[in-house]
Amino acid sequence: MEVKYPQPSLKKFIFPRKAIVVIIMDVLEVKDLSVTVEGKSILKNVSFSLKAGESHILFGPNGSGKTTLISTLMGLPTYEVSSGTICFMEKDITHKNVEERAKLGMVVSFQNPPEITGVKLGDLLKLCLGKKVEDAFSIEEQKLIDAFRLTDFLNRDLNVGFSGGERKRSEILQLIFLKPKLLLLDEPDSGVDVESLRLIATEIQNYLESSGASALVITHKGDILEYIKAKYGCILLDGQFHCFTQPLSIYEDIKKVGYEQCVACRRRVARGWKSEQRKRTN
Amino acid sequence: MHLNQSTVQARVNELYEGKLEIMDVKAALEKYSWLKDYMWKVVDKNKDEFTKKVAEDYSGGYFIRILSGAEIAFPLQSCLLITQRNLEQRVHNIIIAEEGSNAHIITSCLQHSTVPKASHLGISEIYVKKNAMLNFTMIHQWSENTLVRPRSAAQIADNATFVSNYVCMRPVKDIQMYPVAYCNGDNSRVSFNSILYGNKGSQLDIGSKAVLAGKGTKAEMISRAISRLGSRMIIRGQIEGDSSDCKGHLECRGLLMDDQSYMESIPELIAKRKGVEITHEAAVGKISEKEITYLMTRRLTRDQAVSLIIRGFMDVGILGLPDALNAEIKKIVETSTESA
Repeated sequence: MEVKYPQPSLKKFIFPRKAIVVIIMDVLEVKDLSVTVEGKSILKNVSFSLKAGESHILFGPNGSGKTTLISTLMGLPTYEVSSGTICFMEKDITHKNVEERAKLGMVVSFQNPPEITGVKLGDLLKLCLGKKVEDAFSIEEQKLIDAFRLTDFLNRDLNVGFSGGERKRSEILQLIFLKPKLLLLDEPDSGVDVESLRLIATEIQNYLESSGASALVITHKGDILEYIKAKYGCILLDGQFHCFTQPLSIYEDIKKVGYEQCVACRRRVARGWKSEQRKRTN
Repeated sequence: MHLNQSTVQARVNELYEGKLEIMDVKAALEKYSWLKDYMWKVVDKNKDEFTKKVAEDYSGGYFIRILSGAEIAFPLQSCLLITQRNLEQRVHNIIIAEEGSNAHIITSCLQHSTVPKASHLGISEIYVKKNAMLNFTMIHQWSENTLVRPRSAAQIADNATFVSNYVCMRPVKDIQMYPVAYCNGDNSRVSFNSILYGNKGSQLDIGSKAVLAGKGTKAEMISRAISRLGSRMIIRGQIEGDSSDCKGHLECRGLLMDDQSYMESIPELIAKRKGVEITHEAAVGKISEKEITYLMTRRLTRDQAVSLIIRGFMDVGILGLPDALNAEIKKIVETSTESA
């Protein structure tokens, strides 16, 4: 844990009336994590951390293990941790189940959420809010439902006959209603029209800003980066992380040269930079 | 209200004057000479030992006639109540929905919990005439030692609709039924919907059959079944297309809750003319683990997730009832599933 005080400006040299104490804590800390799915090794010794209030973007080709990472973080069954630890809010949760992780404040949005016949979207939203099924939505809650254009779906069976955009809107609204500390978002922008994307991404960013929550977002597209202010991005390739840097620049590079070239190139750049440094010191 | 073997007449006649007639079937036979033509017309007297028994001797039953053009928004409660021990209740019911009428009827068959052993043999013949709509919901609440053999059939005329709903929530010793609907009229429609909860060693063999004989007829069958604690359930459905432009769909979903229980789905589709369009989908098995996990990521406990899925599975919305009735039946379904 590290404590930072704002630096008083030299020009004015006035002490702030109130010292603002910013505690920057790792919301998520993953160390040497290896994951197997049905005996097949998917993630190999990955490590990273996510600080409170930060968002990270995770790029990577299909099948590189992005969904595996998010599912493992959430503790979904069939994802087996073969080594390493996962800490959430400085608590080791490596062996905790979904239920416990959800209660601690982690949530996940699914790429393909299941259709559940008979379970009404409205009822699930109320349960997400910690209400009973018989309770009514408050005015603010109803406003948000309207904004998500889901009012007509409250009495519909969950995801049954929902379009891609409707599914994603329903997923994100459920997550916001859960008031989480960490959002794991698996392609919230796939199969979504431009308007829905703007809505979903703006609401996610609003929530992150107002609550100070963190997010780990998987995406294939750059559009969402306009709305979600992520500090870092990285590429997951061959079960390992590469190139931690500003997400937009990674995205531009991937678009130009592809994932593998991007990873290789940044390695070269890094190596070149290091040898340059060595030359100078010599 | 049919108490044991005699019909206790309700005061509904006054309430629904000009819209509906309700009386004991024996009294009705005396009053209306034409009624005898409706007896044993759609149900075959010699179908099985149970129909023969009732044909031999029966104690009564209800006669319900919804008068031409009448609209009945409220349900009629016709109750068959058993309070005597070792009773074999034999009834013969006739329901006639006259032309252009529109009604929702709910009948509940009930057995007093102090009665350990009984059997119920019930014949119901239903006639839905031109342009009429009849939504007939039967709720069975028997006790664990009751043998139940309803034998029902319906005849549906031109542009008429018959919706037959069956809800069985409490444990029963043995029930077997297979109501048949004859869509003889052009553009006639039939729906069979059932919500079945097989609990504590219940034996349920429940099916329905639709014969699509008229032009442009449609049939739909939806069943939702849960089998637990050593119950055996067989869910049947048969749609027979006898005319070239008829349509039918059959849907059966069953949940098996433990290894001691049994569930079998037998859909049968018969086409006798080209152009017949009949489909079915059936799924039996355990609750999907993916659905449970999904709900657990929404901060529900495993138990809450399972009960939410089960409550949703037994969705009374499939019965097509008005809201007030829906709420009533929902209550019955929820208390039955929760107490388990």
